[in-house]
Order: sequence, then structure tokens, then C-alpha cells
Amino acid sequence: MNNSVASTARLIGAGLRALLVLTLVCGVLYPLAVTGIAQALFNDKADGSEIKDRSGTVVGSSLIGQTYNLPKQAASDSTAGDDPEEAAEPDLKWFQPRPSGGLGSNSVNTQYSLILSGATNRAGDNEELVTWVTDAKAAVVAANSTATYQVTPQDVPAEAVTSSGSGLDPHISPAYAELQVHRVAERNGLDVEQVEKLVEDHTQGRQFGFLGEPRVNVLELNTALRDLSRK
Amino acid sequence: MSPVTAGVLQLLALIAALALAYRPLGDHMARVYSSEKHYKPEKWIYKAIGANPSAEMRWPAYLRAVLAFSAVSVLFLYLLQRLQGSLPGSLGFVSIDPDQAFNTAASFVANTNWQSYSGEQAMGHVVQTGGLAVQNFVSAAVGMAVAVALVRGFARSRTGELGNFWADLVRGTVRILLPISVIGALVLVACGVIQNFAGIHEVGQFAGGTQQWNGGAVASQEVIKELGTNGGGYFNANSAHPFENPTPFSNLFEVFLILLIPSALTRTFGRMVGNLRQGYAVLATMGIIWVTFTGLMMWTEFAHHGPAFDIAGGAMEGKETRFGIAASSIFSVATTLTSTGAVNSFHSSYTGLGGGIQLLGMQLGEIAPGGVGSGLYGMLIMAIIAVFIAGLMVGRTPEYLGKKIGTREIKLAACYILITPALVLCFTAAAMALPTPANSMTNTGAHGFSEILYAYTSGANNNGSAFAGLNADTQWFNTTIGIAMLLGRFLPMVFVLALAGSLAEQKPVPETAGTLRTDKPLYAGLLVGTILIITGLTYFPALALGPLAEGLAA
Repeated sequence: MNNSVASTARLIGAGLRALLVLTLVCGVLYPLAVTGIAQALFNDKADGSEIKDRSGTVVGSSLIGQTYNLPKQAASDSTAGDDPEEAAEPDLKWFQPRPSGGLGSNSVNTQYSLILSGATNRAGDNEELVTWVTDAKAAVVAANSTATYQVTPQDVPAEAVTSSGSGLDPHISPAYAELQVHRVAERNGLDVEQVEKLVEDHTQGRQFGFLGEPRVNVLELNTALRDLSRK
Repeated sequence: MSPVTAGVLQLLALIAALALAYRPLGDHMARVYSSEKHYKPEKWIYKAIGANPSAEMRWPAYLRAVLAFSAVSVLFLYLLQRLQGSLPGSLGFVSIDPDQAFNTAASFVANTNWQSYSGEQAMGHVVQTGGLAVQNFVSAAVGMAVAVALVRGFARSRTGELGNFWADLVRGTVRILLPISVIGALVLVACGVIQNFAGIHEVGQFAGGTQQWNGGAVASQEVIKELGTNGGGYFNANSAHPFENPTPFSNLFEVFLILLIPSALTRTFGRMVGNLRQGYAVLATMGIIWVTFTGLMMWTEFAHHGPAFDIAGGAMEGKETRFGIAASSIFSVATTLTSTGAVNSFHSSYTGLGGGIQLLGMQLGEIAPGGVGSGLYGMLIMAIIAVFIAGLMVGRTPEYLGKKIGTREIKLAACYILITPALVLCFTAAAMALPTPANSMTNTGAHGFSEILYAYTSGANNNGSAFAGLNADTQWFNTTIGIAMLLGRFLPMVFVLALAGSLAEQKPVPETAGTLRTDKPLYAGLLVGTILIITGLTYFPALALGPLAEGLAA
């Protein structure tokens, strides 16, 4: 009996030493080496692909989606602060991204207000999702129909009315960008052709011709739009 | 080009890349596990462990070493999370609660990576990089070691010796997983995956104000997350998060990493048993199932049946624009047919039938091509069942690879295939029968049932993906899924190693005219049929209540 206890203890000891050595190799040396090489070779990307506007101000990451909303009413009242209950109104001057229904707020670490990525996880027959999609579609049709340009529900692509997996999708489809061109041109006092050209310039095809789907990066597009309208 | 054509081309590119890597990697792994030579750094590691890497182990000794190492790992990872609040480099994150820390420790050691926490709001650098990412390496190496021990059981005769666990563990880590990870991590960084040790910092936004990001060693963890078929995301959104999976190329590369080792291990198997065609037969079986499932998934997702998808005009809920339907479907099938569980799109928002394909993929036992190591040994167990069934049909004692499949062998194989279904169905039934677990559901009706069935299927099969509408951070789910993951990982290993020991002791039986040829297409077909029938009979009633009911109603 004592013998088997001793041999078990020896085995556990060996397991612990193995774990500690492999932690040193895989949990310390390996990530440090990769970080060193990555920072030396691809510094911008390793740090999050930040992009700047013409004035040199960082406006975000080309990989992370943002919202383009009007300032909340409560925020203008400096005592009220940010009211999470108040619905944000889209600033229709800018190209709008996909809905980001899955984003949560950080509830554990109260020191920070981190962006918490996530999806809605609603099934196709979920009543809430049906409502959200129906409302989003109506909103897209209403917002993008101008005096000279009528949007019909069939024109609205699927991704414009659904939330992405991360809630941080930086892209929209070229179809959704084109659908917003007339509204954006009108609100910024630009020609439709100018804005169309802008969308065209910022449309990425499939990578290497066959990977993924064609897309438009909304932050890059809006940054270029702001530069254009400031000229 | 239509999205469907692009999807088919992506699938073909993936197959071509896997085919190119198949021979060199499979042969390399066979050399790694057969070589007598120990490299200098490896000798230092063995010295630190205090183990003689050349000492052969019989199956009970091999199993004890697997269990001792894994038990220590669970305890270490548990303590690391419990102490997080007091450790430096934790970004101000507090310690994890006991039930969640147990669940997460069990999950990462069992190669499952089920996550009831959200990475970016719970885990700092120390736990992520020094704890979770380390288990991504070593739990994968343990899986490969057990698979190789079973292969040695077939390859060796009149011994009972299965190799040395410590040598297999260390070699798998430093000669296979680490080199591929270094290269793969740099490829991912070049695509845009972040790799830094920045603290939480504010970044300016277009419309004013700032966003808060946490930095992290994401690329180095992302690559082993896929390569070791682990699946635990650095961020809550897993591989849908642009910092984990920024471009369509990085996406296909990650799918490639998921499938790389499990498929190439069939070559290693063929090489080590001295008959490459046996490996091809196993690979063909895996390939048939994988391609069929991918095709079905694309079909149902492009057809997008379901009220919300009909209104939207496509099943894009929970999917990223840069990937679209096709690349999401390919990822989703690869992750559920292996033990990975990483997601680039959210499974709960797939069509009803799409969810059924994901569930069935895991329920097959994750063998097409399955987890690193666990896919191969799971498939070899099925291969034994298939020769047994064929033997019953013609009335001969079944043989596989020159070994008699007798009473003892078939009992062990039968125990293996009964464990996970028993865990999945019993825990699901208990959760449905009790009053409180159902409060965790986000969706109701058939899909709500699927959320719970999915959770236990994913846990017991060591997958780790979720119908994430389920709020799994409750004591009930943390505890029961934690137990399901540990039993679903280590009980099968007991039977695999016992089987390996029993096979290694036998003397080979000569091949005769009456021997079933297990390296022929006929046998691969028989194997596919066996797998589908056994899984189908086991799970059909449960699937009918969940995804089938939802899919047929739509």
C-alpha cells in the first residue's frame, strides 16, 4: 500500500515538473519569440491595424467596426452622462454599418468599458429576431429613400439587416454601400457620381479572386468621405 | 462569380493544400514517434521531469502517466484562475469563481475549450498565455500520444509495450506543434491578427470618443487553437472576431490548420503499421463524410429556410460579411467534425438543418477527421466495430491489421462507443427534467432544446462550440459540463490504451484468402455505413426533437 502511494506521488511529481517545463517553453518562450518577430516585421498589424485620417488622428482600426451615430441627447447634458437605455440614432450623413446586436457591455471588470464581442445567437424562428430584422429592413428602406431615389425592400441585402458573428464586422456588402449612395450624397452636399466613385474605389473583391465575399470597409469609406467633403 | 462557385473553389483549394501537406507531415510525424534519437533540448526537459524517455511502458503505466499529467494540469489551471486577481499582468481582471474555474480548467485540459466566460472581460495575459495556451499545446500532444500508443498496439507483437508517454508528450509538442505554430502565428500576424502585450488602451473613433481594446498574444494562441483542434477563443466572438480572423485568407488558413494534423495522422498510421493503403482507407472514410457534410451545410445555408432569414433574404445572422455563407459553412463543418469548436460564425443562428449537421458531426464522435489524435483513435475503434460486423455476416473471427478482434477487444471497443452517448443523453435528460436549467435558454421550443443538447454533445465529445444563446455560466452547467468533458475525454482513453495493450500482446495472424481486405474501397464504404448507422440509431430521437423539428417546420 505504502509502495503504491509513494509511486503515485512520484508520478504526480513527474507530471508537475513536465507541466512546468512545458509551460516555460509554450507559455513563455514561444509567445515572447513570436511577439518579438511579429513586432519587428509587422508592427502595425501586430498592434491592431490602426488607421488615421488626413490630419493624422487615429480614427480606429481598419478591422474593427464602429457605429456612426448622432450624439445622444443625454450626452449633451453633461450631468446626465451616457444613458445605455437611450436608443442611439444613426447619423445618416455617414455610411452605416451592419446592426451590432450581439455586442455586450463589460460586467466583470468595472475598471474598463471594454468592447465585448458577440452574436445575438437567435435562431431563424426566434420571434425577437423576426422583429429586429423586419424593423431594420423598414428603417433601411426609409432612411435611404430620397426624393429622387426609391429603395424597395427587395433591394436590401441580407447583411444590412442582420447582426454579424463578432458584432464588430467592419464591412458591408457593395450592394448595401451602393444603396446608401444617394442618401449620403444628399446629406453631404456631394454629387451622386462622386460618392459612387468613392464606393467603387473602396470595394474589395474576393481575395485572390475566390476567397470570401466582396465587401466595403465602412470606416475607410467614411474617412475618405469626410476628407472629400472637407475639400 | 456566384457565391456558390466561390465556395466550391475554396473547398477545392483547401483539399489541394491538405493533399500537399499530407505526405511530408504524415511521414515526419511517423519519424518523430519512431525515432530512437533524443535531441539536446529534449534531454534537458527529460532531466527536469526526471523520466527516462527510452523506458518502455505497458498500458497501465502509460495510462497512469496520462492521468497524472492531466490531473496536475487541471489543478494548476484551476489555481491560476483562482489566483488571477493577485497575479501581476492580469490587466485588473479579478479571480474566476470556483465553478467557472473548474469548468474552464477541465475544458482546456480535456482539449474541449468550452468557454462559459468571455475572454476579453475575464482573462488577463497570464491566464491566457501562461495557462490556457499552454494546455492548447499539451492537451493536443496528449491526444496524439494516445493515438500513437494505439497504433503501436497494432504494429507490435508479443510485447505489451506501448512506448514512453513522456517522450511522446515532449516530442509531439516540440517537434510537431511548436514549429508549425511559429510559422502559422507569423502568417496570421501578416494577415492582421494582433500579437502584443499591451495593456487595455483607448483608441480614437471616427465619430469622436474612444474604444477600449485589450492587447494580447492572440496570434500565438490562435494558431495552436486551430492546429491542436482546441477552439478556445481569445475573444468572446472566437474566430469571428476580426482580431482573431481578419481576412478570407486567414479564414481558409485556419480551417487548413484545423484539418492538417488529424488528416495527416492517417499517413503516420499507415507508415507505422507498414501498409500505407490502410491509412488511405481511413483517410477516404474521413474525406467522404467531411465533403458530404460540407456540401449539405452549404446547401441548407444558401437555401436559408427560416422566418427571419426569409425576411432578411439570406442566413447572414451571426455571419461576417468578409466570409459570407460559403466560407462560414466550410469552417463550421470543419470545426464540428474535429474536436475544435472554434467558430467564425455563430452556430445558434444557422438554419435548423444546419444546426442538425453541426450536432450530428460531433455525435459521430468527431472522427472525420476528428481531433488531433482523438480523431484517429476514434476512427480505429469504429474500424474494429466494422470488421466485427463484417465478421458476423460471414461467420469468421474478425481480424484487423493482422490482429484478432476477440471478445476482449470488442468489449473494449463497445465500451468506448457507449461512453459519450451515455453522457450526452443522460445529462441532457437531467437538464430538461429539472426546473432551473431551462432558464438559461435564449430561444424557446425546439431550438431551446437544441441549445441544451448541443451543450452536452459539445462537452462530452470535447468539441467546445456552442449554441451560445445558452447562458452556461451557472453552477449547474459549469459543473455538469465540466464533468462531461473530463469523463468524455479520459474514460475513452482508458479503453483505447487497454485495447492497445491487448493488441500489442497478440501474435500476428497470417493473412489468408478469407481475410477481409481493410485497405479497399469496399471496406471504406462499410466503415462509413457503420459510423452513420451506429450514430444514427443512438441519437435520432434526440435530433428529431431538436434540429429536425425546427428544420422541417421552416
